[in-house]
Amino acid sequence: MTNQTTYKVPFTILIVTLLVCFLGNISLGSVSIPVTSVFKSLFTSIDNDSWHYIIHNYRLPKAFTAVLVGSGLGISGLLMQTLFRNPLAGPFVLGISSGASLGVAIIILGAGIFGGSLATLLLSKWSVVIAASLGSFLVLLSVLAVSLKVRDTMAILIIGLMFGSITSAVVSVLSYFSSAEQLQQYIFWGFGSLGNLSWNELFIFFCIYLLGLFMSIISIKALNTLLLGENYAKSLGLNINQSRFIIIIATSLLAGTITAFAGPIAFIGLAIPHMVRQVFTTANHKVLLPAVFLFGAIVMLICDSIAQLPTSDYTLPINAITSLIGAPVVIWLLVRKRKMLF
Amino acid sequence: MTKTQLHTILKTESLTIGYTQKKRQTVVADDVNIALQQGELVGLVGANGIGKSTLLRTLTKVQPPLNGSVFINDKLLENSSHLELSKSLSVVLTEQPASKNLTVFELVSLGRQPYTNWVGNLSENDVSIIEKALLQTNIQQFKNKKCFELSDGQLQKVMIARALAQDTYLIILDEPTTHLDMYHKAYILKLLKTLAKDTNKTILFSSHEIDLAIQLCDKMIVMTHSQVISDSPCNLISKGVFNDLFPEDMIAFDEKTGSFRVKK
Repeated sequence: MTNQTTYKVPFTILIVTLLVCFLGNISLGSVSIPVTSVFKSLFTSIDNDSWHYIIHNYRLPKAFTAVLVGSGLGISGLLMQTLFRNPLAGPFVLGISSGASLGVAIIILGAGIFGGSLATLLLSKWSVVIAASLGSFLVLLSVLAVSLKVRDTMAILIIGLMFGSITSAVVSVLSYFSSAEQLQQYIFWGFGSLGNLSWNELFIFFCIYLLGLFMSIISIKALNTLLLGENYAKSLGLNINQSRFIIIIATSLLAGTITAFAGPIAFIGLAIPHMVRQVFTTANHKVLLPAVFLFGAIVMLICDSIAQLPTSDYTLPINAITSLIGAPVVIWLLVRKRKMLF
Repeated sequence: MTKTQLHTILKTESLTIGYTQKKRQTVVADDVNIALQQGELVGLVGANGIGKSTLLRTLTKVQPPLNGSVFINDKLLENSSHLELSKSLSVVLTEQPASKNLTVFELVSLGRQPYTNWVGNLSENDVSIIEKALLQTNIQQFKNKKCFELSDGQLQKVMIARALAQDTYLIILDEPTTHLDMYHKAYILKLLKTLAKDTNKTILFSSHEIDLAIQLCDKMIVMTHSQVISDSPCNLISKGVFNDLFPEDMIAFDEKTGSFRVKK
């Protein structure tokens, strides 16, 4: 597929917006630091040590996390919507987030059962990350195992949803038997958070993210072929099973790590591809994929800037902000265009 | 082109088609021997449920034959990979494309997928083949329209253009005239006739438009309960094959007009 129209102008606008949002994001926070100082501290050092520390060890990693989370979730949503030919699909349809929730629930809510020092060990941040990754990976593995037997893509979608129901039921049972404190901790994890990552953690996050991104990029041609439907795609020589496998693995790498490091972040994965389709009016993934990347990062940065309530000491749950800001935008776009393009 | 005129593109040898379910074989038709030459327009007709789709699915390697063999361009079907096959056989299915958010040009250009690089970039050659396909199917005036804006008849032409862009020896269409009005039925089949002649491709389609097929096809494959027979329409009429097509209580074939009449 060619883009008969080149999208240079919208892409330039998106890139500039991304840079502005990135700078805006690191300029805003509970401590007010002038933009010029922020700018200086990025390239040279500034006199005010605490400002420098805040920017380099708190705001920068958080902004990078926002970029990775927004773009990664957007891309995995795009992959799922094309693979399942369903505009309602998102990165979590395969039970990825519920798997992660299950892992975290077992760690946090189950910690009381083990008690003592083991409980403190279990509640460290790394164990939450590992539990979330393991949980999402195991659920995904089960979905994949079933998908080898079931050839129908729609059936896989439903099976993913069923796995989601099972895991959330188990979480409910665990919640019933756990204390108020544990429950609170679990709910806080569910709020999502971008600001907890150190540079080391961010580096690991970034490596896995890159792998997922790479697999998405090599799937571009397959995704375009899938726009015709699976039977046509087969007649065009596409190896459906292999492509489907790569696309599912890419999604789980992206959405799985994001959930592990930043908690379950709703809405972005489902909505970003729709926003991009409304703006770019194309179905060509060669255009959609980079656009979704930029758009997702921008939206996430804006949501994060709002969530930290600049100049106040409070931070709102990012998971709520993404839905509060984004859902009306999607509704507005759809009402205006009156068509759910896919 | 005259030398290659007699080249056989699709050939089956004592082919048995049907299903294998739990080690039990259901034979739909056996001893199918057909040979389709380059540049021929071939209509496949038969009553509902007689096995037209099964035959087409077997010919396009969607399901394996129970017995016998299929050759496409002298190559045994089961020995060619899906990618190889996609360069010698293109299809137009009854199903609609999954996404109609594609422009006509984009959809037709997907036909070039077997030839393009890893990301699907079109070369100048690809673009000229696509433009030619748009021209041959007479849809170049709305090549920038989205597919959801098109009528059924227009969309069918787009799907045919996509198959043309795939640049194969053989195009197989599964009931290309369903959902179309009488004018567009004739239009599509006439278009296929022109394409077969102009591009020297072999075009095989299944259809319930027996009278139209008799008028337009170079060859017809008729599936009845007792046999699968292929010949020119005139020979088939003189052999009286069409009388066996349907149960005799409702309609009868009129040899003079080449069409079916309701029994009164």
